Amino acid sequence: MEHIELFFKSIFIDNMVFATFLGMCSYLAVSKKVSTAVGLGAAVIFVLAVTVPLNWLLDQYILKEGALVWLGPEYAEYDLSFLSFIMFIATIATMVQLVEIIVEKFSPSLYNSLGIFLPLIAVNCAILGGSLFMQSREIPSLGLALTYGVGSGIGWFLAILAIAAIREKIRYSNVPPALRGLGITFIITGLMAIGFMSFGGMLTGGDEEKKDDKPKVEAKVDKVEVKKEEAKVIVAENTNITQ
Amino acid sequence: MGLLSKKDAALITDPLLDNNPITIQVLGICSALAITAELKASIVMALSVMAVLALGNVVISLLRNVIPSKIRIIVQLIVVAALVIIVDLILRAFAYELSKTLSVFVGLIITNCIIMGRFEAFALANKPWRSFLDGIGNAAGYGLILVIVGFFRELLGSGTLLGFKVLGDPIEKTGLYALGYENNGFMLLSPMALIVLGVIIWIQRSKNSSLIEEH
Repeated sequence: MEHIELFFKSIFIDNMVFATFLGMCSYLAVSKKVSTAVGLGAAVIFVLAVTVPLNWLLDQYILKEGALVWLGPEYAEYDLSFLSFIMFIATIATMVQLVEIIVEKFSPSLYNSLGIFLPLIAVNCAILGGSLFMQSREIPSLGLALTYGVGSGIGWFLAILAIAAIREKIRYSNVPPALRGLGITFIITGLMAIGFMSFGGMLTGGDEEKKDDKPKVEAKVDKVEVKKEEAKVIVAENTNITQ
Repeated sequence: MGLLSKKDAALITDPLLDNNPITIQVLGICSALAITAELKASIVMALSVMAVLALGNVVISLLRNVIPSKIRIIVQLIVVAALVIIVDLILRAFAYELSKTLSVFVGLIITNCIIMGRFEAFALANKPWRSFLDGIGNAAGYGLILVIVGFFRELLGSGTLLGFKVLGDPIEKTGLYALGYENNGFMLLSPMALIVLGVIIWIQRSKNSSLIEEH
């Protein structure tokens, strides 16, 4: 259940492009054709699925405050978290290089479709952002880190696929000259982001209802107070508890 | 600009408008949008990027004859990451609240495409002083857009500038609010950053028709 919740949350609610603007550079540059957009999107899912769990392990066992305790009790006080930027980006850069070499060796056809995008990905904000959000949201387990990586990758994939499809179609419409290209892409992305905001209540809907209940109860309490003094005491106790 | 030759001054002034990193080169949008809901955060972000870009350009320019071209991306990333860590620690020490607002976006300066782009396109082929100027110029162009977007989003969204209530008090109904003006809370949400930026690009391109794209 936890996994499903995090999965959908990272795809729709915390969508990398529409909620946090991560990976915008390649999102704008590579979204002119659907076929290339699919290639880059798939590469992003793949790299996020590899690097987020890897960086989770790094964070948990090396960087966090007290994480080095597995080396011995005397290491418990070390806090290396200031090194996390450099460690994360080094992991990502080497992983991307490694993945490129492996894919080239074992699956030349996949390399031909994905390969050209892999170097681009090392400096894609979405990848580093995935790891940094994983760290700042304190994702509790390795499995959840994997789910988060895959989920946010799919979210990014959906976003670039959608904008590429729209940009292919918009070629036939009469956009004001000064808006053509970049300008209209920004505005469409903004409108899509507004659409994606509607997913916001999908998982938190239950919580918000609970908050709404409280004032209603208090309003009822006031009416009872007028009727009987005895009730007043009980109500007073109850309101203390609810507060 | 008595201190700088004409060529050097162009390094600073070009990226402000005609070769702006955000609106023309389409670089560094990732971090540009998420933190522009307040003017103060935009200014701090712009200054951080300026520090990292100017210093990083100098470092890469000094190392340009030593770096083997095959591993240059990793070397560049390490240089930026080291500089960003310094900026992050300084922010946490002197402006803790603000560094909370910026959260992961300080870290994301590392993958800000402007920085990698300028390293690749300029610092690897030029001398340190010119690279320094180029860094300052491009970061200023980036900062200019950030400040414009931040200005409009904060003014229209919460009626303040840098935290000062320039339009009057919305609760006590003074100033503009006495006339029935309301804040547009929508400006504070992320989609409006994109739309504001889209409008800025629209205005810029309709003033300068040579920038218009085919599609």
